Amino acid sequence: MKILVCMSVVPDTTTKITFTDNNTKFNSQGVQFIINPYDELSLTKALEIAEQHSGTVTVVNVGLADADAVIRKALAIGANDAIRINAEPKDAQFVAEQIAAIVKANGYDLVLTGRESIDYNGGMVCSLLGALLDWPSVNVCAKMVYNDGKIEFERDIDGGRQTVVSNLPVVASAQKDLCEPRIPNMKGIMAARTKPLQVVEPAQVEVASSYEAFESPAAKQAVRMIDAENAGQLIDILKNEAKIIA
Amino acid sequence: MTGIYAENSEGQFKKAVLEAASYASQIGNGQIVAVCVGQPNAGEADKLAQYGVNKLICIEGISAFDAQVYGKEIANVLINQGVNQVVFANTYEAKSVAPRVSVIMNASMASNVIELPETSNGFKVKRGVFSGKGFAYVTLDKANKVIAITPNSTELKKQATSIQIETIQSSGSAGSTTITSTTKAGGKIPLTEAEIVVSAGRGMKGPENWGMVEELAEILGAATACSKPVSDMGWRPHGEHVGQTGITIKPNLYIAIGISGAIQHLAGVSSSKVIVAINKDPEAPFFKAADYGIVGDAFEVLPKLISAAKAAKN
Ligand SMILES: Cc1cc2nc3c(=O)[nH]c(=O)nc-3n(C[C@H](O)[C@H](O)[C@H](O)COP(=O)(O)OP(=O)(O)OC[C@H]3O[C@@H](n4cnc5c(N)ncnc54)[C@H](O)[C@@H]3O)c2cc1C
Repeated sequence: MKILVCMSVVPDTTTKITFTDNNTKFNSQGVQFIINPYDELSLTKALEIAEQHSGTVTVVNVGLADADAVIRKALAIGANDAIRINAEPKDAQFVAEQIAAIVKANGYDLVLTGRESIDYNGGMVCSLLGALLDWPSVNVCAKMVYNDGKIEFERDIDGGRQTVVSNLPVVASAQKDLCEPRIPNMKGIMAARTKPLQVVEPAQVEVASSYEAFESPAAKQAVRMIDAENAGQLIDILKNEAKIIA
Repeated sequence: MTGIYAENSEGQFKKAVLEAASYASQIGNGQIVAVCVGQPNAGEADKLAQYGVNKLICIEGISAFDAQVYGKEIANVLINQGVNQVVFANTYEAKSVAPRVSVIMNASMASNVIELPETSNGFKVKRGVFSGKGFAYVTLDKANKVIAITPNSTELKKQATSIQIETIQSSGSAGSTTITSTTKAGGKIPLTEAEIVVSAGRGMKGPENWGMVEELAEILGAATACSKPVSDMGWRPHGEHVGQTGITIKPNLYIAIGISGAIQHLAGVSSSKVIVAINKDPEAPFFKAADYGIVGDAFEVLPKLISAAKAAKN
């Protein structure tokens, strides 16, 4: 069982997001980077499956050398080895094409992503990989159980949940509830130092999109307070002033 | 030509699909073609026609959802129709299908799109990034384009036309997945599409107190949501969890009851048009992100809101 976990490196969830260079770039000054929270889940799930079914877990990241420290953390959590595709992750399509090339070259039974990365929120890589590899894809999974050459997933659908059984190979994306993310222990941190982190150059791909500029959300106007004693007044305001309820 | 994917929800086209239709008719000139899997109920096609769709193609012969099969069959039809730009409503189903269609069509794709494109110089869309903490302007460079729009973000603009319905047989591509069971939160409004959301946090003390939250939601025609700890503790189903690691929503009205307003929670709700915060702590961070606020005990405020909302209905 060879498992590949796609990992993006994102700003910590408490980061105040600002932009620089005339709003053309994310301001990474002083920002702490972490493993994308959903990828932490898929990594943990991959390790669980690998442990039960004598498999291996490889982590892949599309990124520049500054991602290495976060990739080492994934190795400390327990991945066997890591591959970094040495390129700025331009957009979801670029990332998916790079990873698809690795999958084709190395061969895996299961590829996991997060349901989205919390920086660019594309939510596309899992399904893009499915199409690029012509594999089944199962998106936004809160449960994954490997059994007898197949995987049973529980995925979110609009207004509910669905259980889906897939043949391998398959690509799937992780949603919260999948598992409790593992944290590295001392032994893992020591071991991670010597685990292989292979750096490969990116494949040539056609540019799909270009990020031109960023914008911060408009500042909120000061909150209008309503006296708790007359809380019912809120309904009147929402109906007759804000005209937001019928 | 411009196309849309008309997601078929038990025979109906939901508002989000109509938004996609309206978006498509505003960016397209000429024919707008919609592709749907299976047959919609009688009269549903006319809804699409109201928003400028001239042609609906229904694909027959697909027995169940499979992302790989849907991607191929839908892309096939779009390519055969000569479609070069496709609009999806960014639902769960679209997230599984749209990227696959973009690969098969060799298209550039953007998700979370919230406005009509700027086309004076290239094709530039505005999309939500950093979980509600920013927006990006992205140029889609390839000739073919797939755009997935966030529900409740774009205007529904009537552009009535007449619609022709065609049924075609699927090409029979095979899938590798089998659906073994489906559970739907019956009758309720899906959170991502709800125009009003009533949400509550740890301040509600326990699951037994949600009756008031549900009652207010029901009167307002709202969906219910919750903060992360509430779903973590199993007080509410996980599908209600909004925020950075939950669902991102953009309703017209978001009412937060007994939720502190942590940055990770706000990440999922801050794009709501109007935000109401109800919290007994006047220093709760949510008041900084809210349009209206009530400092008070939820157990006293909610009954007042419920009776006022009932009265306003009549
Ligand atoms: C990586 C990461 C991701 C996260 N993702 C999310 C996410 O997606 N969504 C999310 O919600 N959180 C998320 N969190 C957690 C977040 O930081 C907060 O802990 C959480 O939102 C707090 O939930 P709460 O407001 O319900 O509870 P609390 O913080 O306990 O706040 C309860 C509030 O209720 C008020 N209250 C108490 N009693 C009453 C009463 N009787 N009447 C009125 N008000 C009352 C209190 O004043 C308080 O403000 C994340 C955290 C991390 C680290």
